Amino acid sequence: MLRMASSFPEEVLEHVFSFIYDDKDRNAISMVCKSWYEIERWCRRRIFVGNCYAVSPPMVIRRFPEVRSVELKGKPHFADFNLVPEGWGGYVYPWIAAMATAYPWLEEIRLKRMVVTDEALELIAKSFKNFKVLVLSSCEGFSTDGLAAIAANCRNLKELDLRESEVDDLSGHWLSHFPDSYTSLVSLNISCLGSEVSFSALERLVGRCPNLRTLRLNRAVPLDRLANILCRAPQLVELGTGTYSAELQPDVFSSLAGAFSGCKELRSLSGFWDAVPGYLPAIYPICPSLTSLNLSYATIRSTDLTKLVSQCQSLQRLWVLDYIEDIGLEALAAFCKDLRELRVFPSEPFAQEPNVSLTEQGLVSVSEGCPKLHSVLYFCRQMTNDALATIARNRPNMTRFRLCIIEPRAPDYITLQPLDDGFGAIVEHCKDLQRLSMAGLLTDRVFEHIGNHAKKLEMLSVAFAGDSDLGLHHVLSGCENLRKLEIRDCPFGDKALLVNAAKLETMRSLWMSSCSVSFGACKLLGQKIPRLNVEVMDERGPPGSRPESCPVEKLYIYRTVAGPRFDMPGFVWTMDEDSALRLS
Amino acid sequence: MEGGLGLLGVSGGAGGGSSGASTNESTVSKVEVVDAEASSYPIEAELELGLGLSIGGGGGSGGKGKASAWGECGRILTAKDFPSLVSQPHRGHNNNTNATASACVAVSGTKRAAEPVSHEGGSPTSVSQVVGWPPIRAYRMNSLVNQAKAPRSEEDNSVNEKDKSKDSSKKKICNGNKANATGNEKGHLGFVKVNMDGVPIGRKVDLNAHASYETLAQTLEEMFFRSTSTISSMGGEKQQSANPSKLLDGKSEFVLTYEDKEGDWMLVGDVPWGMFLSSVKRLRIMRTSEANGLAPRFQERNERQRSKPV
Repeated sequence: MLRMASSFPEEVLEHVFSFIYDDKDRNAISMVCKSWYEIERWCRRRIFVGNCYAVSPPMVIRRFPEVRSVELKGKPHFADFNLVPEGWGGYVYPWIAAMATAYPWLEEIRLKRMVVTDEALELIAKSFKNFKVLVLSSCEGFSTDGLAAIAANCRNLKELDLRESEVDDLSGHWLSHFPDSYTSLVSLNISCLGSEVSFSALERLVGRCPNLRTLRLNRAVPLDRLANILCRAPQLVELGTGTYSAELQPDVFSSLAGAFSGCKELRSLSGFWDAVPGYLPAIYPICPSLTSLNLSYATIRSTDLTKLVSQCQSLQRLWVLDYIEDIGLEALAAFCKDLRELRVFPSEPFAQEPNVSLTEQGLVSVSEGCPKLHSVLYFCRQMTNDALATIARNRPNMTRFRLCIIEPRAPDYITLQPLDDGFGAIVEHCKDLQRLSMAGLLTDRVFEHIGNHAKKLEMLSVAFAGDSDLGLHHVLSGCENLRKLEIRDCPFGDKALLVNAAKLETMRSLWMSSCSVSFGACKLLGQKIPRLNVEVMDERGPPGSRPESCPVEKLYIYRTVAGPRFDMPGFVWTMDEDSALRLS
Repeated sequence: MEGGLGLLGVSGGAGGGSSGASTNESTVSKVEVVDAEASSYPIEAELELGLGLSIGGGGGSGGKGKASAWGECGRILTAKDFPSLVSQPHRGHNNNTNATASACVAVSGTKRAAEPVSHEGGSPTSVSQVVGWPPIRAYRMNSLVNQAKAPRSEEDNSVNEKDKSKDSSKKKICNGNKANATGNEKGHLGFVKVNMDGVPIGRKVDLNAHASYETLAQTLEEMFFRSTSTISSMGGEKQQSANPSKLLDGKSEFVLTYEDKEGDWMLVGDVPWGMFLSSVKRLRIMRTSEANGLAPRFQERNERQRSKPV
């Protein structure tokens, strides 16, 4: 066997490996033997680093010298909800600087929840001659000046996607930095930007890029400009409108409707800020072929929403506000048999009383009517164990189930019992469940169910749940495939964590905030397990200034081969052998 | 969240859990009682007792219909308690007790953010001011809020709003792109950055959680002044004797200022709240000595109620 492996010329093996794209498969190949490891590492072209602090740029570069595509993720997921203070970290600049010299032929950079500065963008713009794809998802720290540098210098740019990033929006002028000779744009997403870009520059850009298939405009693009843009890009596959609101005028309407009709390839729509019902019929002609519809910024009500979704028989993904109500979801269940993903967001998350008639029933209907539904994010104000159990039995193919009941610790509103059994049914029936977020009143029992049944679970989000350390222990000891665990406001302390310390090295990360993990336990973990970074965040000051038994505010533990990081702000401390000495 | 505090630190199962016993025995022991009861679904009165001690307010007496249904299920502490607390007359006491309990138990941003919710301005958004709850991305939250201000009927009677945005977009074309009348397009209206002179770490504050300058100032005072005092004092005196924080009346070492859409720095409090909301880009707690030349002083308006700083 060994002889056979070594008798294959490297080129042959390399050629074989080139058909393997998946990271896990690539990793498996590299572990077969040393020569395969060597061959594989020279021909790996794409790397994914789920936690930018798990490994250092030099280490990556040393192992994989010929990378063309890099994906990095920075801050923990709970940063989305402002639980991670400013300045925590996740800076991309060191990566860009290292790659600028090591990967001159880098083509793609995809970042999520990282701090990206204008300097970083400028460095990208001038270092990578064949740069093609820049995706900045939920990033921050840069301004439109950095975008101007990208636009001006990246001659081969195909994709610029700023989804949900926080940009210091100085002006819309940056778009005009794309030279007239630039024609390779395939995908542009500027939906998060506030400023107006020059419409004529936008139209000219769209008009001269024949391969443009994705265009997500920002809110500042008024409705009466949309038709012109669409007419210049009838080949569009994905469109995000700007503001979808204007006074009803027949000529505006008819040119819009005509423009939409001309886009025969359009499959995905989004945007629709401030949508007015009067202009919705303009998209009716293309509804039957739509596969993805994001109406989560559209303030239209259930009657109009129902009418709309009823025409979208090919719909696979729907994001919508709770204005759709149970009645609209019933229509969805009746007409959209191909639905795979549903997200329902709250229109008034802080209102004390429900403002719409959206209940657990809506989700039950969809679970009954849509056999392919496997991914759910659902905000509501009431839930029952029965409903959850019904959903679970209806949809054993569920892979992502995220429920949020607006009120923390809300019980089953009929029986007033905890929702343990409902979620228990979910994990029991949905054997392929990969991601779960729970809500409502939950005791340790639900964690027991999860530990016993959720064997494929990779990511779990928990808030205001559980009674004791036993809850956490069930999860850590039972969920074999757990990679990410994020917990807030739960009564979990030291015991479960210390008993399951070894488990933490098999996971990407653990976040715990407003729990009861003591500083002493954090120190212990940091000391005993060298390949974990145990970071304590505490804005009250150094944890060493309080007793060891004092709980820490926030705890972020992640495995790493790069050792402790040194770019932390003043309110973050890493627990390791050295720091433990320093702090005590 | 309060639920993460003293109660849970001493719950039976949580071994290493801090009891913080060394600093305040009485708080902890009362808390223990509550917790033991909590697991057997106490009646509301008992919960009230426990809640009263650890957070200084009659939490159970929230006065909301929903609250009583909850109490039967052994609800511990939720954000729902906070609105009712804030409206309690003995708010000062509340804060002091917080300090005591909080010296050694997990204090999170949740509590601080939750407290200043005020009903003074009749804010409709006061139910759940826990940080990061409900778990909606700030990006989406800001978009939502901006839309909430526009009328939402099926007919196009939102003509006024549309005209406004038309006008504002015309204005934008003339003025370049920074200014916009309603602040909608910026998408930042909810959370704005706050920096304080001398403090390296900036914070963010959710302007939508406030209906008046007072509550905003209280929140900021808690964010920036409470933390420095807690480092030095373990016994939990929250009052910072060196810098009594009265950000709005110009009597302290610091004043609260904001940068508006035109890039000018103004004193907070000079314009009506709504106008402030639509023009603020970010906040800065500035040293009074550096605040010369800003908009006219605020001192004249001392008939405005001041809440005690924490």
